[in-house]
Amino acid sequence: MATAKSAKKSNISKDELLAYYRDMLLIRRFEEKAGQLYGMGLIGGFCHLYIGQEAVVVGLEAAADEGDKRVTSYRDHGHMLACGMDPKGVMAELTGREGGYSKGKGGSMHMFSTERHFYGGHGIVGAQVPIGAGLAFSDMYKGTDRVTFTYFGDGAANQGQVYETYNMAELWNLPVVFVIENNQYAMGTSVKRSTKSPSLWERGAAYGIEGEEVDGMSVLAVKEAGEKAIAHCRAGKGPYILEMKTYRYRGHSMSDPAKYRTREEVQKMRDEKDPIENIREMLITGKHASEEDLKAIDKEIKEIVNEAADFSRESPEPALDELWTDIYA
Amino acid sequence: MATEILMPALSPTMEEGTLAKWLVKEGDEVKSGDILAEIETDKATMEFEAVDEGIVGKILIAEGTEAVKVNTPIAVLIEEGESADDIEASSGGESSGGDTSEAKSGNTPSDEPVASNPGSATMPEPETPEDPEIPEGTEMKTQTVREALRDAMAEEMRTDEMVFLMGEEVAEYQGAYKVSQGLLDEFGSKRVIDTPITEHGFAGLAAGAAMGGLRPIVEFMTFNFAMQAIDHIINTAAKTRYMSGGQMSVPIVFRGPNGAAARVAAQHSQDYAGWYAQIPGLWVAMPYSAADAKGLMKSAIKSDNPVVFLENELLYGQSFEVPVLDDYTVPFGKARVWQKGDDVTIVSFGIGMKYALEAAAKLAEDGISAEVIDLRTLRPMDTKTVIESVKKTNRCVTVEEGWPVASIGSYLSSVIMQEAFDYLDAPVITLTGKDVPMPYASNLEKLALVTTAEVVEAAKSVCYK
Repeated sequence: MATAKSAKKSNISKDELLAYYRDMLLIRRFEEKAGQLYGMGLIGGFCHLYIGQEAVVVGLEAAADEGDKRVTSYRDHGHMLACGMDPKGVMAELTGREGGYSKGKGGSMHMFSTERHFYGGHGIVGAQVPIGAGLAFSDMYKGTDRVTFTYFGDGAANQGQVYETYNMAELWNLPVVFVIENNQYAMGTSVKRSTKSPSLWERGAAYGIEGEEVDGMSVLAVKEAGEKAIAHCRAGKGPYILEMKTYRYRGHSMSDPAKYRTREEVQKMRDEKDPIENIREMLITGKHASEEDLKAIDKEIKEIVNEAADFSRESPEPALDELWTDIYA
Repeated sequence: MATEILMPALSPTMEEGTLAKWLVKEGDEVKSGDILAEIETDKATMEFEAVDEGIVGKILIAEGTEAVKVNTPIAVLIEEGESADDIEASSGGESSGGDTSEAKSGNTPSDEPVASNPGSATMPEPETPEDPEIPEGTEMKTQTVREALRDAMAEEMRTDEMVFLMGEEVAEYQGAYKVSQGLLDEFGSKRVIDTPITEHGFAGLAAGAAMGGLRPIVEFMTFNFAMQAIDHIINTAAKTRYMSGGQMSVPIVFRGPNGAAARVAAQHSQDYAGWYAQIPGLWVAMPYSAADAKGLMKSAIKSDNPVVFLENELLYGQSFEVPVLDDYTVPFGKARVWQKGDDVTIVSFGIGMKYALEAAAKLAEDGISAEVIDLRTLRPMDTKTVIESVKKTNRCVTVEEGWPVASIGSYLSSVIMQEAFDYLDAPVITLTGKDVPMPYASNLEKLALVTTAEVVEAAKSVCYK
């Protein structure tokens, strides 16, 4: 499926480009709305926005098949929307309401969907990595050819359990794609200040795991790399690592003033590498869509997000006896 | 001069073993390092090497002899020119064992009731109380706790393809403590999986496998090593159901030996009962008898809840009566009353039951009638049975190996105070291990652990006797 780079742009269909545009825009508008609701006190606690990184999940979801699994960290809103979870249920979980995916008991960082094979939403940095390998283990054990996407950040990449997992994943040939979302900052600590490794994906070589670096700001590059990784896993060749070079525009969480980087650095990234603008330009210059067409999509997305926000405010808080449910089977 | 070769202690908890095979015969010359014999412990078959040079003058214990106590002379080495016949007369020949002299001192038989010296052969087998759930006339068989645990796992693995066992040395080595013996042969390497030494990693991986629909049993070589993995036990396994609003379950059993073994010091001797019992979302079992170990293990594997199953190395070799039933399960959250009594309630669980029952027997000699309750599971905890008993006896002593602060006993005593305050004729005494890291020295280790004598004293004290 993956084609040579020169041929890729011309072969990409209009519908595909429009779908990426729509999916990425949904995440961005959703996150902007979440930021707004946080500011209004409707969302509490920690809230980690995905703005800037949209191409990663949208590209990989475009490469995935039904039944493939995914698991990630606490910066999880984008992953949930990209894999088809309902924006209303996600937003209502952010506001801690009965209509949320976890009935309001999980919050921003802890959401799940058995239906969409989304296994969280994990608040402990790096803990989702062995969990992801375990999900892949379950598919191998059952004899399916499904693949698990295990997302983690450049910060988690320094956790020991990641390497314990690499070792077992390669040893047992597990069908897991490790997706390192390298947004260059682990909270306030840049990659350069936390490791002397020149690249993160290359650490897999110590365990015999193949991988590559990917332009995580380009949804097309991400999709292509994703297809390669999935093919590797489905062929029974074991795990694969994709290091997505990406960037988050907002702070680590809502309460992060992001003093560790310059305003210019962020602006430069937005101006030159923005994944949504990138596709927008391709749509316009390739004459796949007019400004009017894109405005219509913008409006449609805005409506979806507003509906989700309304739902998240109207859905009641969980009943008090919910305190005591869902602890045991 | 003649040297006695003594039956060696080949593990920290070994008390006796089988002299499986002699590899030398009388008259053979041996050098240090030569293999003299094969000795079978309850965990493994080990080769036993000579330490000294000499001639095998006499073999005192024939091969095939079972239950040879540690430190029993098994052969005599003589020097050239000596006669083996001289030996029987000599009473005080120099002793020589393998490289186990330190281990021996820790296993020296003693009359004191100490945890480091459980004596699978020397200790009278406790009588199993009647279990109302076992139909009258049910056939019983004598089994060790080790065998009962293995049978429980094997039965559940036969019933449900999704059940598998994972851990360090569980497969080819047949289990570091031989609990998984035979499982690899029966179920193959797909379902009995040796892991690298990577507790944090495999606990998380197994939790993920459980979220993916499998039913993992994770063996920790001991629970001391589970501290490397505790994030996944608590943050992943215990909390996922709640955090997902009931959508996702993590049906997993974390099992392995817990608590002090013998002479393995601070980092290998810790009771985690109080730690895990605090966590909502977990079930926690800490059985004493083989029947309960089996029945609770089967319930644990069948359950959709994550379970922490705290076993005890010193109990593995203990034998009990186990009902011969097709699918014998013991429910979580139901205590077992081992012995009815009127004067004082003694509550314990796990190896603490050994001291509780020994104490009850001693107290009976002094005319004090103790009711002995085995909690069996700590979460859910059957406080109701304890309260009912205390309302009858008006006195209570709790016994556990763990530390005193935030112990199971301190929780129990608060429940008793709140629910049976007017029935109490004396303050509840909560016996625990001493508030110190476990020392290595034999005498200090004994001092650090709770003892039968302490239970007797506490029971008399609450009875004002």
